[in-house]
Amino acid sequence: MTGTVSVNVNGEQRDVLAGTTVAELVKSVTGQDRGIAVAVNGEVMPRREWPGIALGDRDQVEVVTAVQGG
Amino acid sequence: MAWDLGGRMLTSRLITGTGGATSLDVMRRVLAATGSQVTTVAMRRVGHYALGGGSLLEVIQQAGAEILPNTAGCHTAAEALLTARLAREALETDWVKLEVVADDKTLLPDPVELLDAARKLVADGFTVLPYTNDDPVLARHLEQAGCAAVMPLGAPIGSGLGIRNAHNIAMIVEQASVPVILDAGIGTASDAALAMELGCAGVLIASAITRAAEPETMALAMKLAVEAGHAAREAGRIERRWHAALASSPVEGLVSP
Repeated sequence: MTGTVSVNVNGEQRDVLAGTTVAELVKSVTGQDRGIAVAVNGEVMPRREWPGIALGDRDQVEVVTAVQGG
Repeated sequence: MAWDLGGRMLTSRLITGTGGATSLDVMRRVLAATGSQVTTVAMRRVGHYALGGGSLLEVIQQAGAEILPNTAGCHTAAEALLTARLAREALETDWVKLEVVADDKTLLPDPVELLDAARKLVADGFTVLPYTNDDPVLARHLEQAGCAAVMPLGAPIGSGLGIRNAHNIAMIVEQASVPVILDAGIGTASDAALAMELGCAGVLIASAITRAAEPETMALAMKLAVEAGHAAREAGRIERRWHAALASSPVEGLVSP
């Protein structure tokens, strides 16, 4: 199947190819590969599962890392 | 002497926060000067902050410090839970400095959401170190919820107002069987020393060091203050006497003219 799905990544809407995985999305968002975590629709996705999870239409994705803080 | 924080034996009693450092180099020098073995970070969306990511983690690792992720910015238990779980996945630690604040003006902890979040995180296997009000009753609830420490504020975050209610801190220390860590409010070295004299197991300092005119020098001052205050506590101070002074020289054998 071809086409795109619309997902929200860190608060911004974007269209990605249907079948895009979490691993592929992370790669497109940041060059960094350590110290990253991802939540889809409020659920944390373990790193080892990223390559097997395809994004669905209207998924809410958070890609976070550690920054300076109190 | 080593002390136990959440199952880790530490020798330094000064926990640092990385917030406020103007560069990674400043952070590196601050960590070295404090000898801190634990330092906090926050979790944020990638790309939003310059000082973050791999280079930040590298500086902390090179300093030999444990990473303590916080849930700063969270206003509800649900937000804190998600943030803590993201931190656990990103940083491979079950430690969390739990912060659930009521509003962005005071940054005071919201006791209702805080206790709710603490219970849920403990149940989820986290080692929970909660930033709390200087309220002995709430501290007791947090300890009963299974928190590995309680971290009362001396004054609001970043205020530098010192310890506004020393009696409450002393009461929290007296009843606690987990380490009490003074978190927030410290402005200068004497505040850190006082926290330790009151019996705190450690202090957590960010702004007072990173935003000082000379962060590296203040880092050293805080290290010495924490050590001095802890030693003074261990030594057992003399009683305060308001009127009947007790001479330290012999009162017999005085010469007479």
